[in-house]
Amino acid sequence: MVDEGATDAPEVDPRARARVVRDGLAVGLATAAYGISFGALAVAAGLDVWQACVLSLVMFTGGSQFALVGVIAAGGAAAGPAAIASSVMLGLRNVVYGMRMAPIVQPTGWKRVVAPWWTIDESVAVALAQRVPSLQRVGFWATGAAIYVGWNLTTLLGALIGDALGDTSAWGLDAAAAAAFLGLLWPRLKSVQAGAVAAAAAVVAALTTPVLAPGLPVLVAAVVAVVVGWWNLFGRRRVPEVPA
Amino acid sequence: MTLWHTVLIASVACAALKFAGYLVPAGFLERERPARIADLLTIALLAALIAVQTLGAGQALVVDARIPALIVAAALYAVRVPFVLVVAAAAAVAAGIRAVT
Repeated sequence: MVDEGATDAPEVDPRARARVVRDGLAVGLATAAYGISFGALAVAAGLDVWQACVLSLVMFTGGSQFALVGVIAAGGAAAGPAAIASSVMLGLRNVVYGMRMAPIVQPTGWKRVVAPWWTIDESVAVALAQRVPSLQRVGFWATGAAIYVGWNLTTLLGALIGDALGDTSAWGLDAAAAAAFLGLLWPRLKSVQAGAVAAAAAVVAALTTPVLAPGLPVLVAAVVAVVVGWWNLFGRRRVPEVPA
Repeated sequence: MTLWHTVLIASVACAALKFAGYLVPAGFLERERPARIADLLTIALLAALIAVQTLGAGQALVVDARIPALIVAAALYAVRVPFVLVVAAAAAVAAGIRAVT
C-alpha cells in the first residue's frame, strides 16, 4: 500500500503491519464461516442462489442481510417492505462508520468506490483498534478485503450446498465469532463510560431478543450509546453548558 | 413486489448508506458530542453482537457451550494472548464441549 503524502505517522513497523494484517485475516476467516450459514439460510427462506449472491456482493453488511432473509423466511415475498425496512435500519450504523472512516482512509480514485463498500462492523473495528493512522488503514483494507472475498465465496458455497453441509456450530464457529467480537471490544473498555455502555447494550440486546424480530435487538441496544453519549452520562469530564 | 425487487431495493439502499457516510462533512465528527456518540455506538453494537452471538438461537435465549467458550476467551484476552489464538481457543472449547455432551 502506498502512503503517498502521508504526514501523520512515522514509517510503519513491518512487524506491526504484519500483526494487523493477521488480525484482519483472522476476523475475515471467522466472519466468512458465517457466509455459509447465510447462503444456506437465504436459500431456505426462498431466495435463489443468485439473489443470495447479490445480497452479499451489493448489500455486503451481514446484519442487514440476515435481517432481510429472516423477515422473508417468516413472511415470504409479501413481507418485502418489512424486509427492506429492517435491513436499512440495521444498515444505518454504516453511515456513522463511514463518517468515522472517511478522514482515516481518505480514499482516492477507484478506492472511493471500494472503501465505502467495504466499510462494515469488522473493517471499522479492526481499523479503530489500531493506534496510528497508517496501521488503521492497513487494518481497514486487510479486513475489508478478507471479508469481501471470503463472505462472497462462502455465501455461494452455502447457497449451493445448503443445509447438507451440516451444522457449523459443531465446529464451534459461532463461539469463535463471539470471541472475535469480544477481541474487538476489549481494547475499548478503558473508561467507566465505555464499560457501562457495553454492559447495558449487551443486556438490552439479550432481553429484547425474544420479543423483537431478529436483527433489531442490536439496533435497539445502539440507542444506549446515543443516550449515554448525548448527555455524557458516566463521563469523566463535564463540559460547561454555558461560558463561565 | 417480487423477491428480486426486495433484494435489489434493499441492497442499493444499504450500499447508499455507506456512501452517504463518506459524504458527511469532515468537521462534523470533530465536534465533541457526535464523536463521543460515534465511539460509544461502536462499543454498544459490539457488545450487543456478542450478547446475541453468545445467547441467541433465533428469537430464543439459550445457555450452551458458547458461554464457557466466551469466558475462556475473556480470560485469555485479559492475559494478553494474541487475538488469533483466542478465537481458535474459543472455537475449540465450544466444539469440545459439544462433542462430549
